[in-house]
Amino acid sequence: MIIPPNDPQKQFVLAVEALTVSFDGFKAVNDVSFYVDENEIRVIIGPNGAGKTTVLDLICGRTRATSGSIKFRDMDLTKMSESNIVLAGVGRKFQNPSIYDDLTVFENLEISFPRGRSVFGALTFRRDAEVRRRVEEIAETIFLADHLDERAEFLSHGQKQWLEIGMLLIQDPDLMMLDEPVAGMSVSERKKTAELLHKIIKNRSVIVIEHDMKFVEDIAHRVTVLHQGKVLSEGSMDRVKHDPRVIEVYLGH
Amino acid sequence: MVIRSKSADDTAFMKPLEIVSILIIAALILVVLPATLDAFRLNLVGKYLTYAFVALGLVLCWGFGGILSLGQGIFFGLGGYCMAMYLKLEASSVANTKIQSTPGIPDFMDWNQLTELPFFWLPFKSLTLTVILIIAVPTLFAFFIGAAMFKRRVGGVYFAIITQAIAAILTILIVGRQGYTGGINGITDLRTLQGWDIRTDSAKQILYFVNSGLLIACILLAQYVKRSKLGRVLVAMRDKEDRVRFSGYSVANFKIFAFCLAAAFAAIGGAMFTLQVGFMSPSFVGIVPSIEMVIYTAVGGRLSLFGAVYGTLLVNVAKTAFSESFPELWLFGLGALFIAVVMVFPNGLAGIYHSYVDPLVARLTRRRPAETEQPLHGAPAE
Ligand SMILES: Nc1ncnc2c1ncn2[C@@H]1O[C@H](COP(=O)(O)OP(=O)(O)O)[C@@H](O)[C@H]1O
Ligand SMILES: [Mg+2]
Repeated sequence: MIIPPNDPQKQFVLAVEALTVSFDGFKAVNDVSFYVDENEIRVIIGPNGAGKTTVLDLICGRTRATSGSIKFRDMDLTKMSESNIVLAGVGRKFQNPSIYDDLTVFENLEISFPRGRSVFGALTFRRDAEVRRRVEEIAETIFLADHLDERAEFLSHGQKQWLEIGMLLIQDPDLMMLDEPVAGMSVSERKKTAELLHKIIKNRSVIVIEHDMKFVEDIAHRVTVLHQGKVLSEGSMDRVKHDPRVIEVYLGH
Repeated sequence: MVIRSKSADDTAFMKPLEIVSILIIAALILVVLPATLDAFRLNLVGKYLTYAFVALGLVLCWGFGGILSLGQGIFFGLGGYCMAMYLKLEASSVANTKIQSTPGIPDFMDWNQLTELPFFWLPFKSLTLTVILIIAVPTLFAFFIGAAMFKRRVGGVYFAIITQAIAAILTILIVGRQGYTGGINGITDLRTLQGWDIRTDSAKQILYFVNSGLLIACILLAQYVKRSKLGRVLVAMRDKEDRVRFSGYSVANFKIFAFCLAAAFAAIGGAMFTLQVGFMSPSFVGIVPSIEMVIYTAVGGRLSLFGAVYGTLLVNVAKTAFSESFPELWLFGLGALFIAVVMVFPNGLAGIYHSYVDPLVARLTRRRPAETEQPLHGAPAE
C-alpha cells in the first residue's frame, strides 16, 4: 500500500515511483514507490533481505534500476553518475563502516569536504582556515575531536561509524541516507549516536534504515516497511506498529 | 573551541625527514657515484637510473592508487623509441648513407626495400617536436587505455592483465614491422644529437648528470602530487573506492591521471635510456621488462618515492653481478626476491628502514617515533 501524494503540485525532496530492480530475474526491489518531504525523517524497516539497502543503492546510483523513476527535486537520478548525484546533494552512509583506514581522522574528513573534487582541484587544494574549522567542528560533533591525528584503522567500530557519519555531514547534503547507523554498537555508543543523529537531522531530509524499534520510534516522522522487495505498509510509527501484516512478517518475532 | 591537531598543521611540501632523504639521494647520485665510479660504471648506473623513473611512476600509480600496471615497458619503450627515431634520422643523413639504394633513410628501411620515410617518422626530423612527442605519445596512449578501462570500471587483476597484453602486442608489432621499426634489433647505431657525439665518455658523463637532474625533478613533482590532496585521494581510492565515489569524486579521472603521470615518467626514463645507451629495442618494451620494473618498485617499497630509486639500483646491481656469474639462475633469483619481498617485507626497503632505522634514529635523537612516522607508510590492507 502506497500513500499517494495528496497534492500533485506539492514539491517532494525525493519521489520514488514504481522502482524495480531485477538481479538475474530475482526482483530485489519490486514496484516500490514512496515520497519524502522536505525536512522529513523517513525510516525504512523490514526483515533482512527485504531490499532496504538495495533501495539506497538505487537512489545513490550504485545500482541501476531496471525500471521506475527516482526524482530528487527536479533531477532524475536514474540517469546521473554517482558523483553527480553527490554533487546534487544526496549523501549516503554504507551499512558497514566505509572509511579510509590508512588516513588520519582529519584526512578522512578533509577528503569529504566539498571542495576541490576534480583532479585539478585536488592538486591545488589548500588546507586553509575554513577547512580546518569545518573539520574540527565536525570532529567535535562526532565525538572524535581528540582523535584527529589517529589513523582511522585504529578506531573502534562505533567510532568508525561516527567517522563515516561525519564524512557525510561535512558534505552537508540535502538528503542524507544512513544504512543501519547503530548496528553493532554498544549500549552507550547507541545512546550517543541517537543524540548525534538528533543533532544532525535538522534542516535536511533523512532516510534511515534501522532495526532498533525504540530508536525508530524516537526519530521517525514516517516509516516505510519493506518486505520481499515490496512496500508492505507506510505511515506513522503508531499506525505501522499496529498493522497486522507488519506484525506478522516483522515485528512479531 | 581550540583543538590542536598535528594533521591540521601538516601542510609543508616536505617534512624534515623527507628533505634529508632527497638530499641524500641527490648527494649519492650527483656527487658520490660520479666521484667514485669510472666512466663505464657511471654510464651503467645512468642506465639503471632511467628505470627509476618507471619505478617512481609505479609508486604513485600502484603504491598509492592501487592500480597495478604490468605494462610500464610500453611507455618506457614509446619514450625511448621517440628519442631513437630522432637520433636515427640524424645519423641517416644523405652523406652518411650514400651507399644505400635510397640514401637519407635509416639503414634498416633500406634493407627492407622501403624507398621513402614513412609518414609517422616525419615529425622526428625536428628536435622540438621530438621532445614534445616523447611525453605526448606515451601519455596520450596511457590516457586512452585508462579512459577505456577505468570508465568501464575495469580494475585490479583485469587491468594488470590487459596492460600486459598491450605490452606483448606492442612488442609483436615492433618486431613484425621491421621496415618501420628496426624489428627485433631495434633502432641502433645512434651517433649524434644536433651534431654532438653522444658516444664519447664526456658526453655520457653529461648525459648522466642530465638524467640525474631530471630524476630529482620528477621525484619533487611526485612529492608534490603525494602531498597534495590528490595524493590522499589516491590512497583513499585504494582503501575504499566506493566511499570516494560517493564523496563526489569521479574515481575514473583520478585513476587516469595517476596512470598518465606514471606513463610520462616512464617515457622520460625511456628517452634518457636511448640517449645514454645509444640504442632502443623491443626487449625493453615487453612483458619481462615491465614485470622487472614492478619488482624494482616492490623491493624499494611501493609507498616510497625514495625507495623507488634505491630498489631500482639495488636490483640492477644485483642483476649485473649475478647474471655475469650465473646467467641462467638470475630469473629464478629475481622471482624469489619478489616473493620474499611480498611475503616478508610488503613495504620493501623503505618498510625495513621505517621499522628498524627510524626508531633507532628516534632513540638516538630522543624524539618520539610518532613524529617520524607517516600515516601513509602503513601496510595497505590487501
Ligand atoms: N548486486 C546484487 N546482485 C544480486 N543480488 C543482490 C544484489 N544486491 C542485493 N541482492 C539481493 O537482494 C536482496 C535484498 O538485499 P538488501 O537490499 O541488501 O536487503 P536488506 O538491506 O533489506 O537486508 C537480497 O536477497 C540480496 O541477496
Ligand atoms: Mg541492508
